[in-house]
Amino acid sequence: MIYGASAVYYRELLILRRRLTRLIPSWCVSPLLYLIAFGFAMGKHVTLDGHTYMEFLLPGLIAMTSMTQAFAISSEINIARFYWNIFEEIQAAPVSDISYVAGEVLAGMTRAFLAILVVLVLGLLFGVVLSLNPWFWLAILLNSFLFASLAVGIAMLVKSHADQSLMTSFVITPMAFLGGTFFPLENFPVWAQKIIYFLPLTHASTAIRTAAFGNRPSFVSLMILAVGGTLLFCISVWCVKKAKD
Amino acid sequence: MIRIENLNKTYKTIQALKDVNLEVNKGELFAFLGPNGAGKTTTIRILTGLTRLSSGTVSLNGFDVGNRSVESRRQCGLVPQSINLDRELSVFENLTIHGKLFRMDRQERNKRIDELLDYVEMGDRKETLVKNLSGGLKRRLMIARALLHSPSILFLDEPTVGLDAAIRRKIWALIRKIQQHGTTIFLTTHYIEEAEFLADRVAFLDKGSIVIVDTPRALMNRMGTWALDRLKEDDMETLYFNDRKEVNDYIAAHKDSFTLRRVNLEDAFLALTGKKVK
Repeated sequence: MIYGASAVYYRELLILRRRLTRLIPSWCVSPLLYLIAFGFAMGKHVTLDGHTYMEFLLPGLIAMTSMTQAFAISSEINIARFYWNIFEEIQAAPVSDISYVAGEVLAGMTRAFLAILVVLVLGLLFGVVLSLNPWFWLAILLNSFLFASLAVGIAMLVKSHADQSLMTSFVITPMAFLGGTFFPLENFPVWAQKIIYFLPLTHASTAIRTAAFGNRPSFVSLMILAVGGTLLFCISVWCVKKAKD
Repeated sequence: MIRIENLNKTYKTIQALKDVNLEVNKGELFAFLGPNGAGKTTTIRILTGLTRLSSGTVSLNGFDVGNRSVESRRQCGLVPQSINLDRELSVFENLTIHGKLFRMDRQERNKRIDELLDYVEMGDRKETLVKNLSGGLKRRLMIARALLHSPSILFLDEPTVGLDAAIRRKIWALIRKIQQHGTTIFLTTHYIEEAEFLADRVAFLDKGSIVIVDTPRALMNRMGTWALDRLKEDDMETLYFNDRKEVNDYIAAHKDSFTLRRVNLEDAFLALTGKKVK
């Protein structure tokens, strides 16, 4: 399994390396705009639980970035599958479905971690210093694992690149705004909080924010991310099997 | 050796392959000839484990393909019809990925890459990005990549489609060279001359069924040696003759306009299926 996964991962790393100079500026754009518009302009005089809004916002942006960038691996898989037919080259090789998924999930997680480093540097430029303890990194790891696993499964289910955009519009964008990135969940009505509780990003942003403020995140949130990620990973392996005729 | 027994493939309501039975011997260059949609690519996809079969059994060197075993996949190299290289990566990187997928260790992989790039006359292109290669070079690189893990069977799905005549000849020479090194080659094509020039044996495939399997020479001999095309009002009539004297006598006895040529595989295909390959 390790050989196959490392070969798939190696391929994605080579592509990532070639594109890195273009990707880093693109990773800056959204967080920078959110930090300027929401953190600097709108939230300048807002404090939440003793933290400035900028301090509140940055962990949320980190959770959101880890989600979007881990999920972005689905676009890479789709391009390789529908436009370049490279999926066939991998399928014809002695690589198991689980190895393939593991390689792609690792690639998605790597991409997420690199993008988070960019967001952390941007945060430093705005004077926000977070506690980068092991809990903080664990929460990011679990969140990126979950969304990279979801990405591989969805990449296998969609029939075209256009379908992929639809999934982003209906799944990722609503979660980015409702999953506790920009405002506390307590601001929602109780009935809405109950629904939002089931979004994985809610648990990721809560866990990452708690850890970034130097506290230990909820065990339940971490477990939800770990179990959800494992479940989605297994579903993705099944989806790869189904993607063959 | 490739063995196919009672192979069937159905896509929802469409039967793509019907009771295909075939044996390809070790070291043989076998061609699957048929028009678009005959089932050539489906057969190759099943043989290489990319598509599930509906029923029947398929084995490569005794390893069952149906269960997508690692061993069956190690036996074969595949050059698909469409270019499936990583365009943003270099020639060397593309080959390295393939070597890693087939679990080759670094030393063995790098040695083999150098050997194969020389073999396909691309030794000076190692660091070139694939997107900067011509169509013919991309095709040669795909062949080199398929040979990297030293498979005993090479599948070539329409290997010269879209290439000009000169490059096509170069690819043919390369395919011949590969066969001379003992590799079994299974080729699909809808180019008559490709099958005639390369194949030891040819199977005619029509609507998912094998019509006949024989050597190109034997298939053409069924028709004769000479073909005389005569343009009728809205159709072309072709007459077949065994020797040149018969042809001359026929032309002398008729005042029509004729085109004389040698019999080719297209004639045999037309006679057996009632349709042209192209």
